[in-house]
Amino acid sequence: MIGAFRVLSRHWQVFARTWLHNLMFNVAEPLLYLSALGFGLGMLIGDIEGVSYLQFIAPGMVALSAMYSATFECTYGTFLRLHYQKTLQAILVGPVTVGEVIAGELLYGMFKSVLFGVVILIVVSILGLVPAVTAVFIPLFLVLPGAVFSILAVCYTAMIKNIDQLNYYITLAIMPFFLFGGLYFPVGNLPDWVQQLNWLNPLYHSIEVCRALALGQISDRLWVHVAVLSAMIIVLARLPLRLMKNRLLV
Amino acid sequence: MKQIVVAESLTKHYGDFPALKGVSFNISEGECFGLLGHNGAGKSTTLKMLYGLARVESGQLRLFDHPISLTPPAIKQILGVVPQEDNLDPDLPVLENLITYARLFGIGRAQAREKSLAMLRFMGLDAKEESLIDALSGGQKRRLVIARALLNSPRLLILDEPTTGLDPQGRHLVWQKLRGLKSEGVTMVLTTHYMEEAAQLCDRLVIMHEGLVLTEGTPSELVASHVLPFVIEIRLPLDAIPDDIGDRVNAFGGEALPVMEGLFLYTREGNRLWQQIGDWGLPQHSCFLRPASLEDVFLRLTGRGTEP
Repeated sequence: MIGAFRVLSRHWQVFARTWLHNLMFNVAEPLLYLSALGFGLGMLIGDIEGVSYLQFIAPGMVALSAMYSATFECTYGTFLRLHYQKTLQAILVGPVTVGEVIAGELLYGMFKSVLFGVVILIVVSILGLVPAVTAVFIPLFLVLPGAVFSILAVCYTAMIKNIDQLNYYITLAIMPFFLFGGLYFPVGNLPDWVQQLNWLNPLYHSIEVCRALALGQISDRLWVHVAVLSAMIIVLARLPLRLMKNRLLV
Repeated sequence: MKQIVVAESLTKHYGDFPALKGVSFNISEGECFGLLGHNGAGKSTTLKMLYGLARVESGQLRLFDHPISLTPPAIKQILGVVPQEDNLDPDLPVLENLITYARLFGIGRAQAREKSLAMLRFMGLDAKEESLIDALSGGQKRRLVIARALLNSPRLLILDEPTTGLDPQGRHLVWQKLRGLKSEGVTMVLTTHYMEEAAQLCDRLVIMHEGLVLTEGTPSELVASHVLPFVIEIRLPLDAIPDDIGDRVNAFGGEALPVMEGLFLYTREGNRLWQQIGDWGLPQHSCFLRPASLEDVFLRLTGRGTEP
Protein backbone atom coordinates (compact mmCIF):
# COMPACT_ATOMS: atom_id res chain seq x y z
CA MET A 1 0.00 0.00 0.00
CA ILE A 2 3.02 2.29 0.41
CA GLY A 3 3.04 2.39 -3.39
CA ALA A 4 -0.35 4.12 -3.41
CA PHE A 5 1.03 6.94 -1.29
CA ARG A 6 4.07 7.23 -3.53
CA VAL A 7 1.69 7.61 -6.49
CA LEU A 8 -0.29 10.15 -4.48
CA SER A 9 2.90 12.07 -3.80
CA ARG A 10 3.35 12.52 -7.56
CA HIS A 11 -0.15 14.00 -7.74
CA TRP A 12 0.68 16.14 -4.76
CA GLN A 13 3.71 17.58 -6.59
CA VAL A 14 1.45 18.56 -9.47
CA PHE A 15 -1.18 19.95 -7.12
CA ALA A 16 1.43 22.08 -5.36
CA ARG A 17 2.03 23.79 -8.71
CA THR A 18 -1.54 24.18 -9.88
CA TRP A 19 -3.62 24.66 -6.73
CA LEU A 20 -4.48 28.27 -7.44
CA HIS A 21 -6.10 27.47 -10.81
CA ASN A 22 -7.78 24.50 -9.19
CA LEU A 23 -9.12 26.69 -6.46
CA MET A 24 -10.62 29.18 -8.89
CA PHE A 25 -12.23 26.45 -10.95
CA ASN A 26 -13.65 24.45 -8.06
CA VAL A 27 -14.73 27.32 -5.86
CA ALA A 28 -16.06 29.81 -8.37
CA GLU A 29 -18.89 27.61 -9.63
CA PRO A 30 -20.59 26.82 -6.31
CA LEU A 31 -20.26 30.44 -5.26
CA LEU A 32 -21.88 31.60 -8.48
CA TYR A 33 -24.79 29.23 -7.88
CA LEU A 34 -25.00 30.35 -4.30
CA SER A 35 -25.14 34.03 -5.11
CA ALA A 36 -27.42 33.78 -8.16
CA LEU A 37 -29.96 31.42 -6.63
CA GLY A 38 -29.53 32.54 -3.06
CA PHE A 39 -30.05 36.21 -3.71
CA GLY A 40 -32.30 35.87 -6.76
CA LEU A 41 -34.58 32.99 -5.87
CA GLY A 42 -34.12 33.52 -2.14
CA MET A 43 -35.89 36.88 -2.36
CA LEU A 44 -39.01 35.14 -3.63
CA ILE A 45 -38.92 32.20 -1.29
CA GLY A 46 -38.18 33.55 2.13
CA ASP A 47 -37.70 30.89 4.80
CA ILE A 48 -37.62 27.19 4.07
CA GLU A 49 -37.91 24.53 6.78
CA GLY A 50 -37.33 27.23 9.36
CA VAL A 51 -34.10 28.68 7.95
CA SER A 52 -33.34 31.34 5.37
CA TYR A 53 -33.05 30.14 1.78
CA LEU A 54 -29.34 30.99 1.72
CA GLN A 55 -28.78 28.93 4.85
CA PHE A 56 -30.74 26.11 3.29
CA ILE A 57 -28.64 25.91 0.13
CA ALA A 58 -25.20 26.81 1.58
CA PRO A 59 -24.41 23.30 2.94
CA GLY A 60 -25.50 21.89 -0.41
CA MET A 61 -22.83 24.04 -2.05
CA VAL A 62 -20.25 22.33 0.14
CA ALA A 63 -21.49 18.91 -0.98
CA LEU A 64 -21.66 20.10 -4.59
CA SER A 65 -18.10 21.42 -4.62
CA ALA A 66 -16.88 18.15 -3.08
CA MET A 67 -18.71 16.15 -5.76
CA TYR A 68 -17.38 18.25 -8.63
CA SER A 69 -13.80 18.11 -7.39
CA ALA A 70 -13.70 14.33 -7.13
CA THR A 71 -15.63 13.93 -10.36
CA PHE A 72 -13.47 16.17 -12.52
CA GLU A 73 -10.22 14.84 -11.11
CA CYS A 74 -11.18 11.22 -11.69
CA THR A 75 -12.83 11.73 -15.08
CA TYR A 76 -10.92 14.35 -17.08
CA GLY A 77 -7.80 14.18 -14.91
CA THR A 78 -7.59 10.41 -14.95
CA PHE A 79 -8.50 10.21 -18.64
CA LEU A 80 -5.69 12.59 -19.57
CA ARG A 81 -3.17 10.72 -17.45
CA LEU A 82 -4.29 7.42 -18.94
CA HIS A 83 -4.71 8.22 -22.63
CA TYR A 84 -2.89 11.45 -23.45
CA GLN A 85 -0.04 11.91 -21.03
CA LYS A 86 0.48 8.18 -20.36
CA THR A 87 1.47 9.20 -16.86
CA LEU A 88 -0.25 6.18 -15.34
CA GLN A 89 1.73 3.84 -17.58
CA ALA A 90 4.95 5.64 -16.67
CA ILE A 91 4.17 5.26 -12.98
CA LEU A 92 3.23 1.62 -13.42
CA VAL A 93 6.67 0.87 -14.84
CA GLY A 94 7.99 1.87 -11.42
CA PRO A 95 7.79 -0.45 -8.41
CA VAL A 96 4.02 -0.26 -7.91
CA THR A 97 1.06 -2.48 -8.74
CA VAL A 98 -1.95 -1.52 -10.86
CA GLY A 99 -3.97 -1.53 -7.64
CA GLU A 100 -1.65 1.05 -6.12
CA VAL A 101 -1.81 3.26 -9.22
CA ILE A 102 -5.62 3.19 -9.07
CA ALA A 103 -5.62 3.71 -5.31
CA GLY A 104 -3.43 6.76 -5.92
CA GLU A 105 -6.03 8.15 -8.35
CA LEU A 106 -8.86 7.55 -5.87
CA LEU A 107 -6.95 9.07 -2.96
CA TYR A 108 -6.19 12.14 -5.04
CA GLY A 109 -9.87 12.48 -5.97
CA MET A 110 -10.85 12.14 -2.31
CA PHE A 111 -8.21 14.61 -1.21
CA LYS A 112 -9.43 17.24 -3.65
CA SER A 113 -13.03 16.50 -2.81
CA VAL A 114 -12.55 17.09 0.91
CA LEU A 115 -10.27 20.06 0.34
CA PHE A 116 -12.60 21.97 -1.96
CA GLY A 117 -15.62 21.04 0.13
CA VAL A 118 -13.84 22.56 3.10
CA VAL A 119 -12.92 25.69 1.16
CA ILE A 120 -16.59 26.30 0.39
CA LEU A 121 -17.48 25.48 3.98
CA ILE A 122 -15.08 28.18 5.15
CA VAL A 123 -16.50 30.68 2.68
CA VAL A 124 -20.14 30.08 3.66
CA SER A 125 -19.16 30.14 7.33
CA ILE A 126 -17.56 33.53 6.84
CA LEU A 127 -20.78 34.66 5.16
CA GLY A 128 -22.57 33.65 8.33
CA LEU A 129 -24.59 30.86 6.73
CA VAL A 130 -23.45 28.05 9.04
CA PRO A 131 -25.08 28.47 12.46
CA ALA A 132 -24.14 25.17 14.16
CA VAL A 133 -20.76 24.05 15.54
CA THR A 134 -21.53 20.48 14.47
CA ALA A 135 -20.34 21.73 11.05
CA VAL A 136 -16.81 20.87 12.18
CA PHE A 137 -17.65 17.23 11.42
CA ILE A 138 -18.36 18.02 7.78
CA PRO A 139 -14.72 17.66 6.60
CA LEU A 140 -14.50 14.23 8.16
CA PHE A 141 -17.83 13.21 6.67
CA LEU A 142 -16.81 14.41 3.17
CA VAL A 143 -14.36 11.52 2.92
CA LEU A 144 -17.31 9.20 2.26
CA PRO A 145 -18.96 10.98 -0.68
CA GLY A 146 -15.44 11.83 -1.92
CA ALA A 147 -14.68 8.12 -2.14
CA VAL A 148 -18.02 7.31 -3.81
CA PHE A 149 -17.65 10.00 -6.49
CA SER A 150 -14.00 9.12 -7.13
CA ILE A 151 -14.82 5.43 -7.52
CA LEU A 152 -17.76 6.11 -9.86
CA ALA A 153 -15.68 8.48 -11.96
CA VAL A 154 -12.69 6.13 -12.30
CA CYS A 155 -15.03 3.27 -13.25
CA TYR A 156 -16.71 5.31 -15.94
CA THR A 157 -13.38 6.63 -17.22
CA ALA A 158 -12.05 3.09 -17.46
CA MET A 159 -15.00 2.09 -19.64
CA ILE A 160 -14.68 4.76 -22.33
CA LYS A 161 -12.19 5.27 -25.13
CA ASN A 162 -13.02 8.78 -26.25
CA ILE A 163 -12.84 11.88 -24.09
CA ASP A 164 -16.14 13.19 -25.50
CA GLN A 165 -17.90 10.26 -23.87
CA LEU A 166 -17.22 11.88 -20.51
CA ASN A 167 -20.05 14.29 -21.35
CA TYR A 168 -22.56 11.45 -20.97
CA TYR A 169 -21.43 10.88 -17.42
CA ILE A 170 -21.61 14.56 -16.54
CA THR A 171 -25.00 15.07 -18.19
CA LEU A 172 -26.70 11.80 -17.33
CA ALA A 173 -25.27 11.11 -13.87
CA ILE A 174 -23.81 14.21 -12.28
CA MET A 175 -26.53 16.63 -13.46
CA PRO A 176 -29.47 14.55 -12.16
CA PHE A 177 -27.59 13.94 -8.90
CA PHE A 178 -27.39 17.64 -8.49
CA LEU A 179 -30.82 18.67 -9.81
CA PHE A 180 -32.79 16.10 -7.82
CA GLY A 181 -30.51 15.73 -4.80
CA GLY A 182 -32.32 18.27 -2.67
CA LEU A 183 -29.92 21.10 -3.16
CA TYR A 184 -32.33 23.89 -4.06
CA PHE A 185 -35.53 22.54 -2.57
CA PRO A 186 -36.48 19.88 -0.03
CA VAL A 187 -36.71 16.47 -1.67
CA GLY A 188 -40.08 15.95 0.04
CA ASN A 189 -41.61 18.11 -2.75
CA LEU A 190 -40.57 15.60 -5.42
CA PRO A 191 -42.79 12.79 -6.75
CA ASP A 192 -42.60 9.65 -4.73
CA TRP A 193 -40.68 7.60 -7.30
CA VAL A 194 -37.99 10.29 -7.56
CA GLN A 195 -37.65 10.18 -3.80
CA GLN A 196 -37.16 6.43 -3.97
CA LEU A 197 -34.54 6.82 -6.71
CA ASN A 198 -32.74 9.36 -4.57
CA TRP A 199 -31.58 6.54 -2.31
CA LEU A 200 -29.16 5.71 -5.13
CA ASN A 201 -28.07 9.33 -5.43
CA PRO A 202 -24.86 9.81 -3.44
CA LEU A 203 -25.18 13.58 -3.60
CA TYR A 204 -28.59 13.39 -1.90
CA HIS A 205 -27.07 11.60 1.10
CA SER A 206 -24.14 13.99 1.12
CA ILE A 207 -26.39 17.07 1.08
CA GLU A 208 -28.65 15.71 3.82
CA VAL A 209 -25.71 15.11 6.16
CA CYS A 210 -23.91 18.36 5.36
CA ARG A 211 -27.12 20.35 5.89
CA ALA A 212 -27.94 18.63 9.16
CA LEU A 213 -24.42 19.21 10.48
CA ALA A 214 -24.37 22.83 9.31
CA LEU A 215 -27.77 23.62 10.81
CA GLY A 216 -27.30 21.50 13.93
CA GLN A 217 -30.27 19.24 13.13
CA ILE A 218 -28.67 16.07 14.45
CA SER A 219 -30.75 12.90 14.38
CA ASP A 220 -30.26 9.16 14.11
CA ARG A 221 -31.38 9.41 10.52
CA LEU A 222 -27.93 10.75 9.60
CA TRP A 223 -26.47 7.32 10.27
CA VAL A 224 -28.71 5.91 7.58
CA HIS A 225 -27.12 8.25 5.02
CA VAL A 226 -23.66 7.40 6.29
CA ALA A 227 -24.51 3.71 6.06
CA VAL A 228 -25.77 4.00 2.48
CA LEU A 229 -22.64 5.85 1.37
CA SER A 230 -20.44 3.31 3.16
CA ALA A 231 -22.34 0.47 1.51
CA MET A 232 -21.79 2.08 -1.91
CA ILE A 233 -18.06 2.22 -1.21
CA ILE A 234 -17.93 -1.41 -0.09
CA VAL A 235 -19.93 -2.66 -3.07
CA LEU A 236 -18.01 -0.62 -5.66
CA ALA A 237 -14.53 -0.64 -4.13
CA ARG A 238 -13.07 -3.40 -6.28
CA LEU A 239 -14.60 -2.27 -9.53
CA PRO A 240 -12.12 0.49 -10.52
CA LEU A 241 -9.23 -1.95 -10.36
CA ARG A 242 -11.06 -4.61 -12.34
CA LEU A 243 -11.95 -2.15 -15.08
CA MET A 244 -8.65 -0.28 -15.16
CA LYS A 245 -6.53 -3.41 -15.26
CA ASN A 246 -7.57 -3.98 -18.84
CA ARG A 247 -6.71 -0.41 -19.72
CA LEU A 248 -3.23 -0.43 -18.21
CA LEU A 249 -2.10 -3.98 -18.86
CA VAL A 250 -2.15 -6.09 -22.00
CA MET B 1 27.45 -16.49 -16.65
CA LYS B 2 24.36 -15.75 -14.57
CA GLN B 3 21.15 -15.55 -16.59
CA ILE B 4 19.17 -12.39 -15.89
CA VAL B 5 16.37 -13.13 -18.34
CA VAL B 6 15.23 -16.56 -19.43
CA ALA B 7 12.31 -16.54 -21.85
CA GLU B 8 10.86 -19.76 -23.18
CA SER B 9 8.12 -20.03 -25.80
CA LEU B 10 6.41 -16.77 -24.82
CA THR B 11 3.10 -16.16 -26.54
CA LYS B 12 0.73 -13.23 -26.55
CA HIS B 13 -2.50 -12.47 -28.40
CA TYR B 14 -4.20 -9.12 -28.87
CA GLY B 15 -7.71 -10.33 -29.46
CA ASP B 16 -7.28 -12.85 -32.24
CA PHE B 17 -4.01 -11.36 -33.41
CA PRO B 18 -0.97 -13.38 -32.33
CA ALA B 19 1.67 -10.83 -31.35
CA LEU B 20 4.11 -13.43 -30.02
CA LYS B 21 4.04 -17.00 -31.27
CA GLY B 22 6.63 -18.68 -29.05
CA VAL B 23 9.60 -16.42 -28.36
CA SER B 24 12.64 -17.80 -26.56
CA PHE B 25 15.92 -16.13 -25.63
CA ASN B 26 18.28 -15.70 -22.69
CA ILE B 27 20.15 -12.65 -21.49
CA SER B 28 23.28 -13.02 -19.37
CA GLU B 29 24.50 -10.61 -16.75
CA GLY B 30 26.50 -7.70 -18.17
CA GLU B 31 25.40 -8.39 -21.71
CA CYS B 32 23.80 -6.02 -24.21
CA PHE B 33 21.09 -7.94 -26.00
CA GLY B 34 19.22 -6.70 -29.04
CA LEU B 35 15.80 -7.41 -30.55
CA LEU B 36 15.60 -6.49 -34.22
CA GLY B 37 12.53 -6.59 -36.34
CA HIS B 38 9.94 -4.67 -38.35
CA ASN B 39 7.18 -2.73 -36.67
CA GLY B 40 4.75 -5.34 -35.45
CA ALA B 41 7.36 -8.08 -35.13
CA GLY B 42 6.67 -8.39 -31.40
CA LYS B 43 9.67 -6.53 -29.99
CA SER B 44 7.75 -4.05 -27.85
CA THR B 45 5.37 -6.72 -26.60
CA THR B 46 8.34 -8.79 -25.50
CA LEU B 47 9.82 -5.85 -23.64
CA LYS B 48 6.48 -4.98 -22.04
CA MET B 49 6.38 -8.49 -20.68
CA LEU B 50 9.76 -7.91 -19.08
CA TYR B 51 8.89 -4.57 -17.51
CA GLY B 52 5.44 -5.42 -16.31
CA LEU B 53 2.91 -3.80 -18.65
CA ALA B 54 2.03 -7.10 -20.31
CA ARG B 55 1.13 -10.38 -18.67
CA VAL B 56 2.80 -13.60 -19.74
CA GLU B 57 0.07 -15.50 -21.58
CA SER B 58 1.82 -18.83 -22.04
CA GLY B 59 5.41 -19.98 -21.98
CA GLN B 60 7.83 -19.24 -19.19
CA LEU B 61 9.62 -16.11 -18.18
CA ARG B 62 12.22 -15.86 -15.44
CA LEU B 63 13.71 -12.54 -14.35
CA PHE B 64 16.58 -12.58 -11.88
CA ASP B 65 15.70 -16.20 -11.21
CA HIS B 66 12.06 -15.50 -10.32
CA PRO B 67 9.21 -17.00 -12.35
CA ILE B 68 7.09 -14.18 -13.76
CA SER B 69 3.48 -13.96 -14.84
CA LEU B 70 3.27 -10.20 -14.28
CA THR B 71 6.48 -8.50 -13.18
CA PRO B 72 6.03 -7.56 -9.50
CA PRO B 73 7.16 -4.31 -7.83
CA ALA B 74 10.16 -5.97 -6.17
CA ILE B 75 11.61 -6.72 -9.61
CA LYS B 76 10.47 -3.45 -11.18
CA GLN B 77 12.49 -1.80 -8.41
CA ILE B 78 15.73 -2.94 -10.13
CA LEU B 79 14.67 -2.32 -13.75
CA GLY B 80 15.31 0.82 -15.75
CA VAL B 81 12.83 1.31 -18.58
CA VAL B 82 12.91 3.54 -21.65
CA PRO B 83 9.53 2.99 -23.29
CA GLN B 84 8.95 3.63 -26.95
CA GLU B 85 6.78 6.66 -26.19
CA ASP B 86 8.26 9.58 -24.29
CA ASN B 87 5.78 9.42 -21.42
CA LEU B 88 7.36 12.21 -19.41
CA ASP B 89 5.11 14.01 -16.97
CA PRO B 90 3.95 17.17 -18.78
CA ASP B 91 2.56 18.55 -15.53
CA LEU B 92 6.04 18.88 -14.03
CA PRO B 93 9.24 20.64 -15.18
CA VAL B 94 12.38 18.70 -16.06
CA LEU B 95 14.11 18.38 -12.70
CA GLU B 96 10.86 17.75 -10.84
CA ASN B 97 10.03 15.00 -13.36
CA LEU B 98 13.11 13.13 -12.28
CA ILE B 99 12.81 13.82 -8.56
CA THR B 100 9.18 12.71 -8.53
CA TYR B 101 10.03 9.56 -10.42
CA ALA B 102 12.95 8.75 -8.13
CA ARG B 103 10.61 9.17 -5.15
CA LEU B 104 8.41 6.46 -6.64
CA PHE B 105 11.31 4.09 -6.03
CA GLY B 106 11.42 5.05 -2.37
CA ILE B 107 14.47 7.30 -2.72
CA GLY B 108 14.45 10.09 -0.11
CA ARG B 109 13.83 13.64 -1.31
CA ALA B 110 17.36 15.00 -0.78
CA GLN B 111 18.97 11.99 -2.40
CA ALA B 112 16.41 12.00 -5.21
CA ARG B 113 17.33 15.60 -5.97
CA GLU B 114 21.04 14.88 -5.92
CA LYS B 115 20.63 11.83 -8.13
CA SER B 116 18.36 13.71 -10.56
CA LEU B 117 20.84 16.55 -10.94
CA ALA B 118 23.62 14.03 -11.56
CA MET B 119 21.55 12.30 -14.26
CA LEU B 120 20.73 15.61 -15.96
CA ARG B 121 24.44 16.35 -16.11
CA PHE B 122 25.17 12.85 -17.34
CA MET B 123 22.70 13.25 -20.21
CA GLY B 124 23.78 16.82 -20.98
CA LEU B 125 20.52 18.39 -19.86
CA ASP B 126 21.71 20.40 -16.86
CA ALA B 127 20.75 23.70 -18.48
CA LYS B 128 17.14 22.53 -18.74
CA GLU B 129 16.33 21.93 -15.07
CA GLU B 130 13.38 24.32 -14.95
CA SER B 131 12.14 23.85 -18.53
CA LEU B 132 8.72 22.47 -19.20
CA ILE B 133 8.56 19.15 -21.02
CA ASP B 134 6.71 20.70 -23.95
CA ALA B 135 9.60 23.10 -24.48
CA LEU B 136 12.15 20.31 -25.02
CA SER B 137 13.22 19.08 -28.43
CA GLY B 138 12.54 15.48 -29.40
CA GLY B 139 16.14 14.54 -28.71
CA GLN B 140 16.14 16.23 -25.31
CA LYS B 141 12.96 14.39 -24.33
CA ARG B 142 14.50 11.09 -25.32
CA ARG B 143 17.62 11.81 -23.29
CA LEU B 144 15.48 12.80 -20.33
CA VAL B 145 13.58 9.50 -20.54
CA ILE B 146 16.91 7.68 -20.49
CA ALA B 147 18.05 9.79 -17.52
CA ARG B 148 14.81 8.85 -15.75
CA ALA B 149 15.44 5.16 -16.39
CA LEU B 150 18.80 5.39 -14.63
CA LEU B 151 17.66 7.07 -11.41
CA ASN B 152 17.28 3.83 -9.46
CA SER B 153 20.67 2.46 -10.63
CA PRO B 154 18.95 -0.42 -12.44
CA ARG B 155 20.50 -3.85 -12.82
CA LEU B 156 18.66 -4.40 -16.08
CA LEU B 157 18.10 -1.54 -18.49
CA ILE B 158 15.28 -2.07 -20.99
CA LEU B 159 15.33 0.27 -23.99
CA ASP B 160 12.54 0.27 -26.56
CA GLU B 161 13.94 2.09 -29.60
CA PRO B 162 16.16 4.40 -27.53
CA THR B 163 17.36 6.55 -30.43
CA THR B 164 14.33 6.69 -32.71
CA GLY B 165 13.76 10.30 -33.69
CA LEU B 166 17.21 11.50 -32.65
CA ASP B 167 19.54 13.40 -34.95
CA PRO B 168 22.96 11.83 -35.66
CA GLN B 169 24.67 13.77 -32.86
CA GLY B 170 21.99 12.80 -30.40
CA ARG B 171 22.21 9.19 -31.46
CA HIS B 172 25.97 9.06 -31.01
CA LEU B 173 25.66 10.73 -27.62
CA VAL B 174 23.17 8.11 -26.49
CA TRP B 175 25.33 5.29 -27.83
CA GLN B 176 28.32 6.70 -25.98
CA LYS B 177 26.34 6.83 -22.73
CA LEU B 178 25.01 3.31 -23.20
CA ARG B 179 28.51 1.98 -23.87
CA GLY B 180 29.61 3.69 -20.67
CA LEU B 181 26.85 1.98 -18.71
CA LYS B 182 27.68 -1.34 -20.28
CA SER B 183 31.30 -1.01 -19.21
CA GLU B 184 30.01 -0.48 -15.68
CA GLY B 185 28.35 -3.88 -15.93
CA VAL B 186 24.72 -2.83 -16.49
CA THR B 187 22.81 -5.54 -18.36
CA MET B 188 20.84 -4.12 -21.28
CA VAL B 189 18.17 -5.21 -23.68
CA LEU B 190 17.15 -2.96 -26.53
CA THR B 191 15.00 -2.93 -29.62
CA THR B 192 15.98 -0.96 -32.66
CA HIS B 193 15.33 -0.43 -36.34
CA TYR B 194 18.87 0.71 -36.87
CA MET B 195 21.22 -2.08 -37.84
CA GLU B 196 24.18 0.15 -37.16
CA GLU B 197 22.93 0.66 -33.63
CA ALA B 198 22.58 -3.07 -33.09
CA ALA B 199 26.02 -3.74 -34.55
CA GLN B 200 27.59 -1.00 -32.40
CA LEU B 201 25.99 -1.88 -29.10
CA CYS B 202 24.76 -5.45 -28.99
CA ASP B 203 26.85 -8.40 -27.92
CA ARG B 204 24.13 -10.70 -29.07
CA LEU B 205 20.82 -10.26 -30.78
CA VAL B 206 17.79 -11.94 -32.18
CA ILE B 207 15.95 -11.05 -35.36
CA MET B 208 12.20 -11.23 -34.85
CA HIS B 209 9.52 -11.45 -37.49
CA GLU B 210 5.76 -11.78 -37.06
CA GLY B 211 6.02 -12.92 -33.45
CA LEU B 212 8.83 -15.41 -33.94
CA VAL B 213 12.57 -15.40 -33.38
CA LEU B 214 14.18 -16.13 -36.74
CA THR B 215 17.79 -16.27 -35.66
CA GLU B 216 20.11 -15.50 -32.79
CA GLY B 217 23.82 -14.78 -32.46
CA THR B 218 26.51 -12.12 -32.29
CA PRO B 219 26.36 -9.57 -35.11
CA SER B 220 29.40 -11.09 -36.83
CA GLU B 221 28.10 -14.65 -36.43
CA LEU B 222 24.83 -13.66 -38.02
CA VAL B 223 26.53 -12.00 -40.95
CA ALA B 224 28.83 -14.97 -41.44
CA SER B 225 26.08 -17.55 -41.26
CA HIS B 226 23.32 -15.91 -43.29
CA VAL B 227 24.92 -13.93 -46.11
CA LEU B 228 28.02 -14.02 -48.30
CA PRO B 229 30.70 -11.56 -47.17
CA PHE B 230 30.48 -9.00 -50.00
CA VAL B 231 27.60 -7.13 -51.56
CA ILE B 232 27.26 -5.17 -54.72
CA GLU B 233 24.25 -2.89 -54.59
CA ILE B 234 22.87 -2.17 -58.02
CA ARG B 235 21.28 1.24 -57.87
CA LEU B 236 19.18 1.03 -60.98
CA PRO B 237 15.46 0.49 -61.42
CA LEU B 238 14.65 -3.19 -61.86
CA ASP B 239 13.58 -2.72 -65.49
CA ALA B 240 16.98 -1.19 -66.32
CA ILE B 241 18.80 -4.27 -65.03
CA PRO B 242 19.39 -7.01 -67.61
CA ASP B 243 17.13 -10.02 -66.98
CA ASP B 244 19.91 -12.56 -67.00
CA ILE B 245 21.90 -11.02 -64.13
CA GLY B 246 20.43 -13.47 -61.62
CA ASP B 247 21.56 -16.46 -63.64
CA ARG B 248 24.98 -15.00 -64.28
CA VAL B 249 25.55 -14.30 -60.60
CA ASN B 250 24.42 -17.79 -59.68
CA ALA B 251 26.82 -19.26 -62.23
CA PHE B 252 29.54 -17.05 -60.70
CA GLY B 253 28.88 -18.64 -57.32
CA GLY B 254 27.00 -15.69 -55.85
CA GLU B 255 23.42 -14.84 -55.22
CA ALA B 256 21.08 -12.03 -56.34
CA LEU B 257 18.47 -10.69 -53.96
CA PRO B 258 15.83 -8.15 -55.00
CA VAL B 259 15.63 -5.43 -52.35
CA MET B 260 13.26 -2.48 -52.39
CA GLU B 261 12.89 -2.30 -56.17
CA GLY B 262 16.64 -2.77 -56.66
CA LEU B 263 19.00 -5.71 -56.72
CA PHE B 264 21.77 -6.78 -54.31
CA LEU B 265 24.43 -9.23 -55.47
CA TYR B 266 26.09 -11.30 -52.76
CA THR B 267 29.43 -13.00 -53.30
CA ARG B 268 32.56 -14.38 -51.65
CA GLU B 269 34.75 -12.65 -54.21
CA GLY B 270 33.77 -9.02 -54.16
CA ASN B 271 36.56 -7.63 -56.28
CA ARG B 272 36.33 -10.30 -58.95
CA LEU B 273 32.57 -9.81 -59.33
CA TRP B 274 33.08 -6.03 -59.39
CA GLN B 275 35.40 -6.42 -62.39
CA GLN B 276 32.86 -8.70 -64.01
CA ILE B 277 29.61 -6.68 -63.84
CA GLY B 278 30.66 -4.14 -66.49
CA ASP B 279 30.66 -6.93 -69.06
CA TRP B 280 27.16 -7.94 -67.92
CA GLY B 281 25.77 -4.51 -68.78
CA LEU B 282 25.94 -2.93 -65.34
CA PRO B 283 27.88 0.36 -65.28
CA GLN B 284 30.09 0.58 -62.17
CA HIS B 285 29.01 4.14 -61.41
CA SER B 286 25.51 2.83 -60.69
CA CYS B 287 26.80 0.10 -58.41
CA PHE B 288 28.37 0.03 -54.97
CA LEU B 289 30.63 -2.64 -53.49
CA ARG B 290 30.74 -3.06 -49.71
CA PRO B 291 31.20 -5.75 -47.04
CA ALA B 292 28.00 -7.48 -45.97
CA SER B 293 26.43 -6.24 -42.74
CA LEU B 294 23.65 -6.98 -40.32
CA GLU B 295 21.32 -5.08 -42.60
CA ASP B 296 21.79 -7.74 -45.28
CA VAL B 297 20.96 -10.47 -42.78
CA PHE B 298 17.87 -8.58 -41.79
CA LEU B 299 16.72 -7.98 -45.36
CA ARG B 300 17.32 -11.57 -46.25
CA LEU B 301 15.47 -13.05 -43.29
CA THR B 302 12.53 -10.72 -42.92
CA GLY B 303 11.43 -10.48 -46.50
CA ARG B 304 12.34 -8.41 -49.46
CA GLY B 305 11.01 -5.21 -50.81
CA THR B 306 9.33 -4.27 -47.55
CA GLU B 307 10.25 -1.40 -45.29
CA PRO B 308 13.07 -2.35 -42.92
